[in-house]
Amino acid sequence: MKVRVLVRLKPGIMDVQGAAVKRALAGLGFSEIADLRIGKVIELELDDATPDARARVGEMCRQLLANPILEDFTIETLADLAPREVAR
Amino acid sequence: MRFGVVVFPGTWSDCDFHYVVSEVLHQPVRYVWHRERDLSELDCVILPGGFSYGDYLRAGAVAGRSPVVEALRDFVGRGGLVLGSCNGFQILCEAGLLPGVLTRNECLQYRCQSTHLVVENADTFFTRGLRVGQVLTMPISHGEGKYHADAETLARLKRDNLIAFRYATAEGKVTKASNPNGSLDNIAGIVNPEGTVLGMMPHPERASETVMGGTDGLLMFQSLLGSLVEDGSFLKR
Repeated sequence: MKVRVLVRLKPGIMDVQGAAVKRALAGLGFSEIADLRIGKVIELELDDATPDARARVGEMCRQLLANPILEDFTIETLADLAPREVAR
Repeated sequence: MRFGVVVFPGTWSDCDFHYVVSEVLHQPVRYVWHRERDLSELDCVILPGGFSYGDYLRAGAVAGRSPVVEALRDFVGRGGLVLGSCNGFQILCEAGLLPGVLTRNECLQYRCQSTHLVVENADTFFTRGLRVGQVLTMPISHGEGKYHADAETLARLKRDNLIAFRYATAEGKVTKASNPNGSLDNIAGIVNPEGTVLGMMPHPERASETVMGGTDGLLMFQSLLGSLVEDGSFLKR
């Protein structure tokens, strides 16, 4: 079973990396960006038999993957995931 | 007084701390590997700087859940003393032994420089030999030292006098320009309410001999030894 965790900085937490990347993009001529924030994608493959997989992954997020002071997380199981656009 | 210096894969200030404790303070000290769980014979555990487990995920995140840090919870519960510097401070915060979190420097630069610290709390095991308002000079060396906490936590830190050091000018004035990393309220170090766990971004072990450019870091170690001799509780064992 595939699960994808998205870890993002909470609203209101200054994202200095995001601000730097936004400046870099502006330097490349992409001046239309109003805001840019960087997060993390963590992909997990769980044993299919895992009971309460979503709750287990939530526990993983609370114990290690996200720091609740700074970050929010969302959990997507494969069923939630739309087919991904292929980058060129 | 028996010291332990914790070594994680990626720790880099362990030898410096070990040297200061054994060669400058002349106290017994041993390295503690990150998988160890028995800290029972130690009085003070030091978490040095570096990049524990590569600082993967977040600085100090993986180390904050390691076997030795789990053992540290009991150690702290029994009144043991813990000093975390640099990565050690990040680990203490990630482990929840101190409140808040260290994030990327606001300037985005890795800052390796001398800083001035003003003493805010001289009533901890680590600062008893200092006085409030005293200015110390110590180096910093980090990319993620911007202290962050929510408003409620900051209010509690202030109310309960848990801020140990703040970045300041050489005259002890707390200014924006003297803040090297954008830390909330210029916070450079904090303690737990018992005054037994201190986390700080600066490096006292790199300011403990004249040849290193200063000895203000040594004042903290001397506070530690002095308070234990006075208190006596650690010498009775």
